[in-house]
Amino acid sequence: MPPTDTAPATPEESSENVPAGTARGAPDVPPQRTDAPGIRFEKVVKRFGRNVVLRELDFEVAPGERVTLIGPSGSGKTTILRLLMTLEKVDGGVIWIGDRPLSHMRRGDRLVPANEKHLHEMRKQVGMVFQQFNLFPNMNVLRNLTEAPMRVLGLSKDEAVERARRLLDMVGLADKIDAHPSQLSGGQQQRVAIARALAMEPKVLLLDEVTSALDPELVVGVQDLLRDIARGSDLTMLCVTHEMGFARDISDRVLMFDQGQIVEEGPPERIFEEPAEQRTRDFLQAVLAS
Amino acid sequence: MSDVLEAYPQLLRGAWITVQLTVYGSALALALALAFGLAGTSRHVALRALNRVYVEFFRGTATLVLMYWLFYALPLVGFRFTPMAAAVLSLGLNVGAYGAEVVRGALNAVPKAQYEAAIALNFRPWQRLVRVTLPQAVALMLPPFGNLIIELMKGTALVSLITIGDLTFRAQQIRASTGETTATFLVILVMYFVIAQLLQLAVRYAERRVDRMLGRRPVRRDALPRTADASGAGAVKG
Ligand SMILES: Nc1ncnc2c1ncn2[C@@H]1O[C@H](COP(=O)(O)OP(=O)(O)OP(=O)(O)O)[C@@H](O)[C@H]1O
Ligand SMILES: [Mg+2]
Repeated sequence: MPPTDTAPATPEESSENVPAGTARGAPDVPPQRTDAPGIRFEKVVKRFGRNVVLRELDFEVAPGERVTLIGPSGSGKTTILRLLMTLEKVDGGVIWIGDRPLSHMRRGDRLVPANEKHLHEMRKQVGMVFQQFNLFPNMNVLRNLTEAPMRVLGLSKDEAVERARRLLDMVGLADKIDAHPSQLSGGQQQRVAIARALAMEPKVLLLDEVTSALDPELVVGVQDLLRDIARGSDLTMLCVTHEMGFARDISDRVLMFDQGQIVEEGPPERIFEEPAEQRTRDFLQAVLAS
Repeated sequence: MSDVLEAYPQLLRGAWITVQLTVYGSALALALALAFGLAGTSRHVALRALNRVYVEFFRGTATLVLMYWLFYALPLVGFRFTPMAAAVLSLGLNVGAYGAEVVRGALNAVPKAQYEAAIALNFRPWQRLVRVTLPQAVALMLPPFGNLIIELMKGTALVSLITIGDLTFRAQQIRASTGETTATFLVILVMYFVIAQLLQLAVRYAERRVDRMLGRRPVRRDALPRTADASGAGAVKG
């Protein structure tokens, strides 16, 4: 199979791209971190009613590793990210972030389901960017970025505004600081959403098809930004995407899922160029065709 | 007619009582609506049950009967209310029940994704509500609330039946003393209408402020989603 790059064929600078004057790469993105934790799924079971989505799923992500999840619709990719963001509860097994259980907490030498306090503690490490951006429409761009750092992390207003300005600069939207989300294009909204997630300084970043709700010409700007973030930080990243070129650029490893199971895994070059499994080949074919 | 107009100090005093009843009744109704509406969206079964009991009971009770109960019946078992308190309570309890449905509907209409984004930013449960869900729900609540408050204001006419000197009560007095039935009722018809218009203006002002908060620029009332417009007062639109 030839290299598959499904990113739009015309990467000219559109108004959506980060302005040329903005410095890219390491200096502008969040400071280097060497303390990003790994992730471990241990016999994780997730059911919706009688639909068993994850059946004793085991996998690990190394500290600072970038992993892309691919697989057909309904294979459980979003569910995995939502479990990590604590938007869903596990029905069995344990999820670990670093050496601490996410879904559970220690009581003596037993693990019991986590309470809100434990979840709050664990969520400090995790940030998520959604397919539909989900900016808060009752706040302008600045407040979208400062509200949680102030109310949750306890930053002073000045510190939070300073952080927001730095991040908006990084995503190339410094001039939109007072704009309202509804006044921004999809690509701009998603860049604000990325900045909003980074403002909480997570150590694990979850990206669920973050460009698939965007018009094709807006995809490149968001992907470029994420590439820079991947390059300039050592966040542990879990990314769901159908953009194979993008997956190849940012990921160390690709996991191919089907029906809640890992069908095949390996470095992106190998998975995309010489997939070993028929189901992977079929899936890549289908993505290319679309 | 001039006889009626000469009685204007009496009419103004009556109108002032009507306005007071509306303000206190609405304040109580809003507080009850918020408390019981929130209970209706709670994770806890007991709170949701509390919401159902309150809503079903007071929505199904005629305000006037409630007023009679508070004013005439309860004193017989030792609870005494001033006429004003009985009136405000019964108006507030009744309209609050409709309001609770509005609040519950509006909270449920805020996209779940907003709540999840708030979790992803690690907001505490009450911060999710106060910072994210509730402000967005308020936008959906305002139009139906406007209707409910006007309904409540019109409902205050009942208080003349428990000896409160509101606008309707004064009109009865003036009619009795002047014999001018048509003129008297024409004047108070206009006065109620004016009060309703003032309320409408206040609601519009609030809607505009919320629209600005949500980044919707020109106010297009018809563009606002309506939820749980339980008041049946859709015709009051100005
Ligand atoms: N809230 C829910 N209630 C019931 N079933 C759900 C829910 N969320 C997901 N599912 C089911 O779980 C399975 C996995 O869904 P998931 O969203 O994780 O798939 P996905 O791999 O992200 O698919 P896609 O590529 O379409 O986004 C599907 O069968 C889906 O119907
Ligand atoms: Mg998905």
